[in-house]
Amino acid sequence: MNAPLGAGLDGDPHRIALDAIDVSDPRLYRDDVWHPYFARLRREDPVHYFRDSRYGPYWAVTRYKDIMQVEVNHQVYSSASELGGIQIEEQPKDMDRPSFIRMDPPKHDEQRKVVSPVVAPGNLANMEGLIRERTARVLDGLPRNETFDWVDRVSIELTTMMLATLFDYPWDDRRQLTYWSDVAICNVNSPDAPVHSEAERFTELGKMAAALGALFNERAVQPPKFDLLSMLAHGEATRQMPIREFMGTLALLIVGGNDTTRNTMSGSVLALHEHPGEYRKLRDNPALIPSMVSEVIRYVTPVIHMRRTAKEDAELGGKHIKKGDKVVIWYVSGNRDPDAIEEPDQLVIDRPRPRQHLSFGFGIHRCVGNRLAELQLRVLWEELLPRFPAIEVMGPPHRLYSNFIHGIRSLPVRIPA
Amino acid sequence: MPKVTYVEHDGTEHRLDVPVGLSVMRGAVNHNIPGIDADCGGECACATCHVYVDPAWFDKLGPQSDQEVSMLSFAALAEPNSRLSCQITMTDGLDGLVVRLPEAQH
Repeated sequence: MNAPLGAGLDGDPHRIALDAIDVSDPRLYRDDVWHPYFARLRREDPVHYFRDSRYGPYWAVTRYKDIMQVEVNHQVYSSASELGGIQIEEQPKDMDRPSFIRMDPPKHDEQRKVVSPVVAPGNLANMEGLIRERTARVLDGLPRNETFDWVDRVSIELTTMMLATLFDYPWDDRRQLTYWSDVAICNVNSPDAPVHSEAERFTELGKMAAALGALFNERAVQPPKFDLLSMLAHGEATRQMPIREFMGTLALLIVGGNDTTRNTMSGSVLALHEHPGEYRKLRDNPALIPSMVSEVIRYVTPVIHMRRTAKEDAELGGKHIKKGDKVVIWYVSGNRDPDAIEEPDQLVIDRPRPRQHLSFGFGIHRCVGNRLAELQLRVLWEELLPRFPAIEVMGPPHRLYSNFIHGIRSLPVRIPA
Repeated sequence: MPKVTYVEHDGTEHRLDVPVGLSVMRGAVNHNIPGIDADCGGECACATCHVYVDPAWFDKLGPQSDQEVSMLSFAALAEPNSRLSCQITMTDGLDGLVVRLPEAQH
């Protein structure tokens, strides 16, 4: 494991100096101990400037309404790759992989609009039957009275199938997409990571671009169809994109389109296990599934933070942000802000306005696949509830070492006969 | 009290009182009208309160901010008479407003 940062992180979170709290430490999320640090920041200094972090100085924005303000003001708070992109950790300049998530308008808008039809309401309706059929098949194949890993057998299995469909990727090779997703998003300092350096990551993503590029080229000369590769190949704004942008765009769609949903599927089982009263409420009233889905997406917060760079001086939460400053919005904190959400640390599956969470972001970069994620989760629980009397969690989750993806690598469960 | 008629995609009509100063979105949400999701709670940040404004009324509405134009441009089912209902504030002059809801919000 890499050298830790401030010794304060090992001290009492309620007592250490605010400046010793570095919420960018991936250990906080691996060990699930981030809550009290953000509670302190929200209470004591909601827009706080960290002078010394492993990623250089940055503003930590931890309250819901300030996060919303940053999200909506994209003219001030840029996502542009050239300024550092959308993660606190920056991609190396010569290996950066732009995509529309790390662009500002107008280019962002043009590229997003090429792919957004894949998740338009009509297309989602068309996909629901297929999603349900696969979910049923996967669930029917699970062992009973025997401990297994939910992440591998269900979360990865279902989201990988979804990805293969979205890309119209060769079915039998679909786990390759999961591998590339993990490569794209891992923290290279984690011993569990599939690659251990930026150079290695770049090499692997190059192979991804080659494999998907071959399909892209094939589909460019065929009539357009409704998969992401064909859409990219035919889109005016995307059909001639340079190789590193192609890598970045694929990585965005692969990670955004699977990893996040995967972790929420796993997180939903864990969350309901930890809140048995809510699980009972759900079983007694399956009409609460859609609301539960949104609440679980809030509770899990699959993307921990996003980052922006100020293009000009600005006021935020009473602080003066300077042009060029790195501004990090912590979704994981905003989603637990008691000023915005009642009883935020409780899972409440029937709370009013369950969709008012930050997990999908807001503004022009709001998750384009959000309704597809909700659809997959809804179908999962619609098929789960009538099949299984319970899903018992048999041990602690093994969480991802990352300050960006709030992931669960494995979750041992058992389904009684 | 001015009234707004919300017409669901399947044709079901709801004629509701919406007080002056309240948004058309809030009027729907307060009465649990299906078809307006309003994920962001009225911040012009999600485009899930999207409605089609009856042509007779479209020009009577206040102007669109850049943010509304931007967010609406991403809505899959946007038409020339689309507006975000969180940005339409009720006035007495809008009494009788009719809005149609899209097939789905996203």
